[in-house]
Amino acid sequence: MQLTRRDAVAALAALGSGGAVALGAREWQRSGGDAADDASSGDTVGDGLATDDQVRDAMVAVAEVVYPSDVTGIQTFVERFLAGRLEREGHGEGIRRAVADLDDLARSWYDAPVADLDPADRDALLREVGADVADEVPDGTTAERIRYYVVNDLLLGLYTSPTGGELAGIENPIGHPGGIASYQRGPNE
Amino acid sequence: MTGSAQADGRDASDRTAGRSADPDRSPVANADVCVVGAGPAGTLVADRLAGRDHEVVVLDAGPRFDETERVERMEKAIRPAFSRPDVWDVGGDRDAYESVGDRHYPLNRTRVKGIGGSTLHWQGMVMRLHEADFASASERGVGANWPIEYSDLRPYYAEAETGIGVAGADDNPFAPPREEPFPMPAFPPSYSDSLFAEACEALEISMHSVPNARNSEGYDGRSACQGYGSCRPVCPSGAKYDGSVHAETAAAKGATVIDRAPVQRLEHTTDRIEAAVFATPDGTEHRQEAETFVVAAGGVETPRLLLLSDSEHYPDGLANSSGAVGRYFMDHVFAGAGGVLEEPTRQNHVGFLTSESHQFYDEADERIAPFKLEFFNFAGPSPVGIALTGEDWGDDLLERIRAEYGNHVTVGALVETLPQAENRVALHPDRTDDHGNPVPEIHWSIDDRAKRTIERANEVQHEILDELGASERWTQGVEGTVPTNHHMGTTRMGSDPSASVVNSSLRTHDLENCWIASSSVFPTAGAMNPTLTIGALALKAADHVDAAL
Ligand SMILES: Cc1cc2nc3c(=O)[nH]c(=O)nc-3n(C[C@H](O)[C@H](O)[C@H](O)COP(=O)(O)OP(=O)(O)OC[C@H]3O[C@@H](n4cnc5c(N)ncnc54)[C@H](O)[C@@H]3O)c2cc1C
Ligand code: SF4
Repeated sequence: MQLTRRDAVAALAALGSGGAVALGAREWQRSGGDAADDASSGDTVGDGLATDDQVRDAMVAVAEVVYPSDVTGIQTFVERFLAGRLEREGHGEGIRRAVADLDDLARSWYDAPVADLDPADRDALLREVGADVADEVPDGTTAERIRYYVVNDLLLGLYTSPTGGELAGIENPIGHPGGIASYQRGPNE
Repeated sequence: MTGSAQADGRDASDRTAGRSADPDRSPVANADVCVVGAGPAGTLVADRLAGRDHEVVVLDAGPRFDETERVERMEKAIRPAFSRPDVWDVGGDRDAYESVGDRHYPLNRTRVKGIGGSTLHWQGMVMRLHEADFASASERGVGANWPIEYSDLRPYYAEAETGIGVAGADDNPFAPPREEPFPMPAFPPSYSDSLFAEACEALEISMHSVPNARNSEGYDGRSACQGYGSCRPVCPSGAKYDGSVHAETAAAKGATVIDRAPVQRLEHTTDRIEAAVFATPDGTEHRQEAETFVVAAGGVETPRLLLLSDSEHYPDGLANSSGAVGRYFMDHVFAGAGGVLEEPTRQNHVGFLTSESHQFYDEADERIAPFKLEFFNFAGPSPVGIALTGEDWGDDLLERIRAEYGNHVTVGALVETLPQAENRVALHPDRTDDHGNPVPEIHWSIDDRAKRTIERANEVQHEILDELGASERWTQGVEGTVPTNHHMGTTRMGSDPSASVVNSSLRTHDLENCWIASSSVFPTAGAMNPTLTIGALALKAADHVDAAL
């Protein structure tokens, strides 16, 4: 099932992040520019925070593992979704820190950042970190923060979007405006 | 007489906008009315009295929440990292309490402090009490009679419905008589209501619409419901009414609304309150003097404030010559049952209820309490909730979501509890809040009649589930029951000053310039959600204050 721009916008609207301004504001830079330089050196931008590119690459890579296999359009969806999430005060920093920690662990255990691992290793890494069994806690342990800012932020984005809702069997998931049109409808209407 | 006539001459918008870093929280000179608490009760009083050209000041313990944060608060509601109290910043030393009764009372899940009060978090079901609820002792042989009747409140009910904005229909054969149409049409029944309707028809149980304090169409400058589905605890669209609506209109009429200004005590002489002493975030205390005072701090903080304001003349607490302040604490209790059908039930599209049944309500007597049935539109888990809590992801997670979401049904019930003197809000002997005041100590137990009624409600619920053919059944009965966030009874209304705290004008028997607007004045609970009645009583209290000024 194809994730669309509309899904990202809807998920962001539901989660109160950035909104339209942020969506237009962030230009992901694939090459050149300061952010890309920081990322290509494989390092974080001061204070243990991941750069824009590092965040994007890691989050897309994780999304490919935590999203169902027949979801397509992940890269664009995650980029747009992140644009809003990174704008949000406090939350953006939380994502950057969690991604930096995840990449550090990936480098020490697999010799490469998470984005460069094959999907099976990404899955294994997340489990070795403990993100599968950890509760999400924004100021918790590394595992709890990775669960909160990385795994669950991505799952939240997907399952509050119309396409994610539809996959699950609800075209108007909680947090998404539209239930007034759908709550009276039967399953076959 | 307007809100701009202020002690230090600062602009009224400094006080009411609350968006400047350091809003003016100084007392208002020459106030006619000081209202304590900016929930629906306090703000309805303030709105009415400001509209009659009185100088009104409202003091609230909590903050003025920024509307632009509502969507973020909704995310907090969805994410397992946060508990319900976190959504509206409830908790910590400010809201410390102790529950010492037979049953734990989870106070901080049942209230919000801030402009708008607990309605920021509420579900928004708004119905009138039935006629018999006002005469429980004579009609049902238990509980107390109110000193007023349904007919005394009836015009105020209509005004409260208009003020709050109620979407409803005249399709409830059990409801008390009404002359006025609802301000807005009811929300049509949900798809799952239609499944229940078939079962209920077979069992001869009538269903009808729920009057909702949410806009079924644009109303009073607020948008129609958008169907976010997160009504409780946050409506991001503003379609669900909350008390901040009347804080705004009161301010527009000249009232001064001061947030983060918890009243510490009420200074008084033998028969008059002279000032409300309130604290501000900068650590100072101020005295707000006024001609009259309306205490509208909710059903727990209202008696607590009176108890904290004890004096030589009122050693057991202000306005407490009767000894009833804090006593007869009541809530409704919940009975529920649910299960899974072999077909989709389409839950969690909206966060409110569209159908109920009051059929069993008027069968109430000495043995069985009034109760009403609620047909849920948000039974079972939501896909987002499932996604954030498992140990799986990818295809495994999707498979689990598909298996767990979509087929649930729940039928709930609200049950009346009786006023019992030993159920009460007292002051804790040792524990204090962030200002050094004793915290509320809640004593709560459930009477046998309520327990029998929970069992009876469960019986009816099971019949409905049998008829639906539901499997994987669960029941929330006497052991698992929970209170439903309605704090009633702690400053009861009555004509006998030795047995009640306020009279039928909502004025305290003891003090000539102190009124109470709250469900704390309810002598009995009924089994209807209380806030429409709170609104009606608040408007009535405002009229009495107006007449006294
Ligand atoms: C989850 C939930 C669901 C609910 N659902 C429904 C429903 O569907 N239908 C219904 O009718 N009711 C419902 N209620 C109950 C409803 O919210 C309350 O009945 C209503 O808000 C009470 O209004 P109030 O103004 O008396 O008190 P509150 O709304 O509690 O407001 C009291 C205000 O006083 C302030 N205050 C307290 N102490 C002080 C002090 N010392 N100084 C200054 N200010 C003070 C507080 O900060 C607060 O803002 C629900 C409540 C909850 C929590
Ligand atoms: S469904 Fe609830 S949260 Fe959504 S707009 Fe309507 S009232 Fe508000």
